[in-house]
Amino acid sequence: MTLLEVVAPQAATGAFSLAWLLIALPALGALVLLLGGRRTDRWGHWLGVATPIASFVLAVVLFAALMASPAEQRAVAVPLYRFLEVGGWEVSLGLLVDQLSILFVLLITGVGSLIHVYSVGYMAHDARRRRFFGYLNLFVTAMLLLVLADDYLLLFVGWEGVGLASYLLIGFWQHRRSAATAAKKAFVVNRVGDMGMVLAISLMLATFGSSAFADVHARAGELGAGVATTLGLLLLLGACGKSAQVPLQSWLLDAMEGPTPVSALIHAATMVTAGVYLVVRSNPVYAQTEAASTAVVVVGTVTLLFGAWIGCAKDDIKKVLAGSTMSQIGYMMLAAGIGPAGYAFAIFHLLTHGFFKANMFLGAGSVMHAMDDGVDMRRYGALARVLPITFATFGIGYLAIIGFPFLAGFYSKDHIIEAAFEHNVVVGSLAMLGAGVTAFYMTRLMLMTFFGTRRWADGVHPHESPLVMTVPLVLLAIPSAIGGLLLNNWIGGWLEPVVGHGEEHGAPSLLHFSVVGGLTLLLVAAGVALAVVLVGRREVPVTAPRTRSPFVLAGRHDLYGDAFNETVFMRPGIGLVRAVVATDRRVVDGGWTGGADALAGLSQVSRRAQNGYVRSYALTMVAGAALVAVVLILGRLG
Amino acid sequence: MDPNHYLVLSGMLFTIGAIGFLVRRNAIVAFMCVELMLNACNLALVTFSSHWGVLDGQVASFFVMVVAAAEVVVGLAIIVSIYRTRRSASVDDANLLKL
Repeated sequence: MTLLEVVAPQAATGAFSLAWLLIALPALGALVLLLGGRRTDRWGHWLGVATPIASFVLAVVLFAALMASPAEQRAVAVPLYRFLEVGGWEVSLGLLVDQLSILFVLLITGVGSLIHVYSVGYMAHDARRRRFFGYLNLFVTAMLLLVLADDYLLLFVGWEGVGLASYLLIGFWQHRRSAATAAKKAFVVNRVGDMGMVLAISLMLATFGSSAFADVHARAGELGAGVATTLGLLLLLGACGKSAQVPLQSWLLDAMEGPTPVSALIHAATMVTAGVYLVVRSNPVYAQTEAASTAVVVVGTVTLLFGAWIGCAKDDIKKVLAGSTMSQIGYMMLAAGIGPAGYAFAIFHLLTHGFFKANMFLGAGSVMHAMDDGVDMRRYGALARVLPITFATFGIGYLAIIGFPFLAGFYSKDHIIEAAFEHNVVVGSLAMLGAGVTAFYMTRLMLMTFFGTRRWADGVHPHESPLVMTVPLVLLAIPSAIGGLLLNNWIGGWLEPVVGHGEEHGAPSLLHFSVVGGLTLLLVAAGVALAVVLVGRREVPVTAPRTRSPFVLAGRHDLYGDAFNETVFMRPGIGLVRAVVATDRRVVDGGWTGGADALAGLSQVSRRAQNGYVRSYALTMVAGAALVAVVLILGRLG
Repeated sequence: MDPNHYLVLSGMLFTIGAIGFLVRRNAIVAFMCVELMLNACNLALVTFSSHWGVLDGQVASFFVMVVAAAEVVVGLAIIVSIYRTRRSASVDDANLLKL
């Protein structure tokens, strides 16, 4: 593997000294909206929209400044303040604006702003819209803090902030029991990943005495194999939690309980991309350990097939998209695990996926809006004419995700599959198979939603969404279509100083078709054809047909992820807790309460002496006095 | 003068007072028995005082008298008020103050 020279970041000047505003603006928005109360109800959502847009504008300015500066000066450090100083150990907080983080900032604020605009329309009839925008701003703030931090410790603050905001948003309709449960589930599963993060940061502090990117990355070469592998695996555990990778994938499908713009935000711009960011950012650590990198590849490959499988079996439009997100993030993890050859492709796919997945999620929201919030695709059908704009934009997202030539996903996914083949033929084949399955379930979704016959529930009158919702769809469809073309030749060189340079393979030119690419296209075409034959040519039953096929059943049950967690973790956990409680009650408390009971019983007996009869008291006194006298006399005699 | 006679008398008076207090139910009688015990003590104090030729015992007996007088004032008042409310001066009837 090529070792990477860590570039010392430049001191911040000019516009870069304002980089903190990127985070501060949405934070201010969240603060005003959440603390302002009902007074901000009338204009709150517009403030909520304005702050991420302002951040986006600033991000574009910074991006332009980075573009204008020479390649070796594109990492800018913005120190904020000294967080703690204990003995020889000092933690300074600062931001790092470099090639990698600025791309994330652009994605988060750009796609995030469009999702905010869309939400104005989507949540128009919700009485708690202002609070919703407060949470959205909080989400964006936390995610920006996560990607801009120059220290794993500060990154962790954003990391937890994202977890909190996702909890609040998934459970936004908390009056629904399922939403409250889903939010709790997301939070708990994320805690498991966070444990990995905490241990990883502790390990860094113990080994290097610092958790700053600059220190850790510069000295990663000194790590022993064991420590490097441990660190890599712990970071992977954290990444699995946030990015919903196997085995911590179970929260993602339930997270669909949140309002649809939240799903778009979680799946496209924030949250699930955090794990990929973490792995890519920690590339000097993974460069030291073959084992941890392999683990990343395995996790990515398993997840990409896992998600695709689930996507094939679901009838809920949002759950199909959620399965596809898992699958696509799996591709990114796979690419990130390959090493320097794959990092740029992981980020490339992350960006294009951010565009088309946000586009499709918002499109799905638009469809649900039209269908009285129904999510069952078996109740859709023939919506292409009724919802022309949604159909057109969703169609572009669909073509982009299945990797239709010259659309965004075509380039990014192809690169990953090719890199996977060069890494390992088995992994490459599985990744290619995943592309075919993706084509199948996405085509199935399109056919069931937009084509075929009307299977609408009674009383549903679909109508196109208002402009405030369709304009973001159009704006997201554009990069979904041409994003790949624009970024393809540029992103590898741009990211090279951060993630290192992979061995040259088939310089990605515009009209580049390799054997692998051709095969992938064939497989994609086969997937589409299969879906047309199985779904498009037949009448779609309104209720899901009963089946004995273990594959379909497993897919419908999220591959038994919940059942697995329940039998392996939950039930033994409950048993353990019961045993501990019983020990506490019987043994520990038993000792104390037993002693107390004995004393109480003694008091019960002795209180009978106090009976209210004066003469019995007098007798006691006389007897006592006599006793004293006897003792005195006996003492005198002795 | 043989102090033993006085001491025997004092012991007898004290015993009569103590037994009377234990066996009689009437509050006034019980009260008088208490006074009897106090005065038995006074007698013993004065006897010892004259026997040793010092005034300590007589001073102490004055204190006992003062306390006894104060006690009578308070005690009789209580007995009268209990009698007024309960129409009874029996100490066994006033048995509510208990656990």
